[in-house]
Amino acid sequence: MLDFVQQLVSGVALGCVYGLIALGFVLVYKATEVVNFAQGDLMMLGGFFAFTFIGMMGLNYWIGFAGAVAAMALFGMLAERVVVRPILGYPQFSIIMATIGLGYFLRSVAGMIWGTDDLKIETPFSQGVLRVGSLVLAYDKLSVIAATVILCTLLWLFFNKTTLGTAMRASSENMLAAYYMGIPVKRVVSVVWAISAAVATCAGVLLAPITFIHSNVGLVLGLKAFPAAVLGGFGSIPGAVVGGVLIGVIESMAGFYLAEGWKDVAPYIVLLAVLLLKPEGLFGLHVRKKV
Amino acid sequence: MRFLFKTSYEDDIKLFPHLGYFVSYGILLALLLIAPYVLSSYLMSQLVFVCIYATVGVGLLILTGFTGQASLGHAAFLAIGAYTAAYLQKYNVPFPAYFLAAGALTGLIGAMVGFPALRLTGIYLVIATISFALIVEEILARWESVTNGNEGMRVKTLSLLGVTVPRDSPTFYFLCLAVLVLTIVGTLNLLRSPTGRAFVAIRDSETAARSMGVNVALYKVKSFAISAAITGFAGVLFAHKLSFISPEMFTLQLSIEFIIVVLIGGTFSLHGAVLGAIFIVMIDPFLTYLKDDMPGIIAGIAATFGAGPATAGNIQSKVAAFASLNGLKGAIYGIIIVLFVLFEPLGLYGRWLKIKLFFQLFPLYKRATFKRQKIYVKSERNR
Amino acid sequence: MSYFRAENLSLHFGGLKAVDAVSFAVEKGEILSIIGPNGAGKSSIFNLISRIYRPTSGRIFFEDQDITEQPPYDIAKLGIARTFQNIELFENATVLSNLLVGRHRHSTTRLWQELLFLPSVRANEKVHRRRVEQVIEFLDLEPYRDKLISGLPYGVRKVIELARALCSEPKLILLDEPSSGLNVEETGDMSFWIRDMKNELGVTVLMVEHDMSLVNRVSDRVIALNYGRVLAMGSPAEVQQHPDVVAAYLGA
Repeated sequence: MLDFVQQLVSGVALGCVYGLIALGFVLVYKATEVVNFAQGDLMMLGGFFAFTFIGMMGLNYWIGFAGAVAAMALFGMLAERVVVRPILGYPQFSIIMATIGLGYFLRSVAGMIWGTDDLKIETPFSQGVLRVGSLVLAYDKLSVIAATVILCTLLWLFFNKTTLGTAMRASSENMLAAYYMGIPVKRVVSVVWAISAAVATCAGVLLAPITFIHSNVGLVLGLKAFPAAVLGGFGSIPGAVVGGVLIGVIESMAGFYLAEGWKDVAPYIVLLAVLLLKPEGLFGLHVRKKV
Repeated sequence: MRFLFKTSYEDDIKLFPHLGYFVSYGILLALLLIAPYVLSSYLMSQLVFVCIYATVGVGLLILTGFTGQASLGHAAFLAIGAYTAAYLQKYNVPFPAYFLAAGALTGLIGAMVGFPALRLTGIYLVIATISFALIVEEILARWESVTNGNEGMRVKTLSLLGVTVPRDSPTFYFLCLAVLVLTIVGTLNLLRSPTGRAFVAIRDSETAARSMGVNVALYKVKSFAISAAITGFAGVLFAHKLSFISPEMFTLQLSIEFIIVVLIGGTFSLHGAVLGAIFIVMIDPFLTYLKDDMPGIIAGIAATFGAGPATAGNIQSKVAAFASLNGLKGAIYGIIIVLFVLFEPLGLYGRWLKIKLFFQLFPLYKRATFKRQKIYVKSERNR
Repeated sequence: MSYFRAENLSLHFGGLKAVDAVSFAVEKGEILSIIGPNGAGKSSIFNLISRIYRPTSGRIFFEDQDITEQPPYDIAKLGIARTFQNIELFENATVLSNLLVGRHRHSTTRLWQELLFLPSVRANEKVHRRRVEQVIEFLDLEPYRDKLISGLPYGVRKVIELARALCSEPKLILLDEPSSGLNVEETGDMSFWIRDMKNELGVTVLMVEHDMSLVNRVSDRVIALNYGRVLAMGSPAEVQQHPDVVAAYLGA
C-alpha cells in the first residue's frame, strides 16, 4: 500500500510535467489550431535558459526562474513570427512539418551551445522530504504538483475573466470574424505563443530536479505529453492536465508492477484504447461537419 | 508551348500523353541502367537507398497525399517488412516467397491499423500512428525469440534463383530499381481507376464521397493496406541493403524522414516521392562535402578580397571548427524543412513545374501565377 | 405504393425537434419541392435520407424497400444521388475526375485488376467516360473538363455538383437549394435543366428551395415545412395560399 502511494505521488508529479507541456500544446491549438510539435523543445530550451541564469551565472533561483520565463516568452513570440505566422491557415500537416523542423533546429542548436551532457539545476527544494507517518514524499515532486495547480488556476482565470482571454477564445473560434470585430488577431496569437512558451519553461525548470536537462529531453517528454493532450481531448485545458496525470500515473505504475518494457509502451496502449472508444479523447467535443 | 489535341477517350487514360514523355523517360531509364558501370560504388549505394526511400515515399503518398490520412508510423511498416524477411530467411524460405510474405503481412497489419484509424482525423490520427510505431519498436526490442531483441538480426546475402546477389552488386541495384518502377506503375494504374479516384474523393470530402456511393471505411482500410504493403516490400530490400537490422534503426526519426521525403518532393504527384528521396538521401553526402571543402573555399574567397595568408588561415580554421560542431547537420536539416514549408509548399516537383512553365511561356511568365492567396483560419472543429 | 415514402420521420437533437413526425411520398417521375423558412428542417430531411443523420424514429422506403438502416454508401448504390447546400466537391481534383467519382456506384473492377490496369479496366473506364461526356454535354460543361475545382466560380461549381449527381444515373435525385448563390440567368438555366432531367432522363426530383419563382416554374407538388412539421402539401399555388404558410413566412 505504501509502495502504491509512493508510486502514485511520483506518477502524479511526472504527470504534472507532461500536463504542463500538454497545456502548451493545447493553448496554441485552441488559439490557432496549430499543433506545435516543437513544444517539448521549447521546454528543453527553457530549462537550458534557467540553467544558464542559475547554474552558470549564479543568480538567485527565483530571479533566474523569472528571467528564463521572460526570455522564453519573447522567444515564443519570435518563433511564432518567423515560423508560424506566414503559414497560418494552411493545412495542418504543413504547420506540423514546420514545427517539426523548428524542433530539429532547436535541439541541434541547444546541443551545440550547451553540449550534450546531462545538466542539473539546484533548487531550494532539491533535497528535503516531507514525512507523513511512514510515507516519504520528496519536496521536488510536491513542488511540481503545487506549481501545476497554481499555473492552471492562473490560466483558467486568465482565459475566463480577462478581456484578453476572451479575445483569445474568440479568435480561436473564427479568426476572420474576430478580426472584423476589432480584435488584433496577430497580437493575440503572439501572446498565446508567449504564454505557451512560458508555461513550457515552467515545466522545464520544475522538471530539472526530477530528470536532467539535456538537448533531447524535449523530444522524449514531448512524445509523452502528446498522448496526454490527445487523451484529454486536444483543446481542453483541464483535459490536458488530467491527461498528463493519467499518463504519468500509468507510466509509473506500469514501471513498478509490470515487467520491464511495459513502462514505455503502456501510455500508448492506453491511448490507443481510449481513441478506439472515444475518438475525440476523454474531454473533447464530438463535432461533425455540417452539410 | 505544346498543344495537345485529344481525339479519343484513350488520350486521357494514357500514362504517356505524348512523344516527349517517351523521349525524356527513355533517356532517364537509359541513364539509370548504365549508372552502375559509371558511378562510384559509394554513389551506387546511395542510389539504392534512393530507390528504397522513393518506394516508401510512393507508399506514403498513396495514404497521405491521395487519401489524406497522415501517418507518422511508416518506419514500423518498414521494420515489419525487414524483420519478416530476416525471420523467414532463417528457415531457408526463398527470396520471392519471403518478399511476397513480407508485403502481405505488412499489408495485413496496415489494414489492422486502418480499422481503428477510421474514426480518427488530423492530429488524432498522427498521434495514433506514432503510438503504433512506438509500440512496434518496443515489441521488436522485447520479443527476443523472434527478433533477437536489441542484439539485432543478421540478414543473409540475397539469393535469387540460386544466384547470390551481394548488396553492392549492380544486380541488387537493378532489383531495387525494378521494385520502384513496378510500384510507380501500379500506383499510376490505381490512380486512373475507380479506387484511386475514391481515395482522392475521401481526401477532399468524406461526406460527398459517401453520398456518391464510396464506402469510406473500406477504402481507407484499403489505402492503409496498400501503403503498408509497399513499405513492407521496401523493408525487405532495406534489410538486405543493410545486412543487419535492429530495433533502433526504425525509430520515429525514420518515420519523420519518410514524411519529409513526401513533403519536400511535393504531395500532389508521384514525382515528388522520387525527388524527395533523392534529396533526403543525397543531403548527407552533400553536407559532408561542404564540411570538408567549405573552409578552404571561404578562406580562398577571403584571400581574393585581400586578406593576408595569416587571416585567411585563421578564417579557415574558424570555419572548419564551426563546420565540425556536433549537431550542425540537424540544425541545417531543421532549417531546410522550415524553409520548404514556408516558401515552397508544392515541394521540389512544384518548383520544377514552375521552372518549366517559365520557359514555356517565356517571356510572358508572371510571378503572380503561383502567388498564394491569403487564407484566414477557420476552425476545423466546426468543419 | 409510392415510389419513395417517408413515414413519421423524426430527428431530435436533445430537446430540439429538427424534424418532427414528417410523412410524405414522392411519385415516380415527379418534381417535389420542399419549402420553408430557415431552420424548418428541410436540409435535415435530406441528411436523413442520405443517412448522414440517423432518424430518431420513423422509416424511409424507396421502391418498396426499407432503406432506413442502409449504410450511407448504399443509398447511392440504390440510385439516390444528391447535391449539397454549400457545395461539397473534391476541391483538388479536376472536373473530370469529380464527375468520374459520380460513376463510382457502377464500377465493377477489382483492386488487383486496377493495379495491372487490365483491358477490362480500360474498357470500363471508357464506358464511364462516355457516360460522363453525355452529362457534360447535357449541362454545357465542355470548357471546364480539365480545370481544377478550386479555381472555378461558384455558379459553375453548382452545376458541376449537379453533373456529378447525374453521372451516377440516379433514379431519384435530391437537390439541396440548387439556386442558392446563382444569379437570375443561372437560376433560369437551372430550372430548364431540372425540367429536362425529369422529361428527358426520367429522373424523379426531390428538392429543397428558397426561390419561389424556381419552385413555381418546375414543381409538380410542394410541401411546406416549419419547425420540423408539415404545414401544407399540394400544388405550388395551393401551398402558397395556405394560411399557415403565409403566417410562417410573414411571421404572423
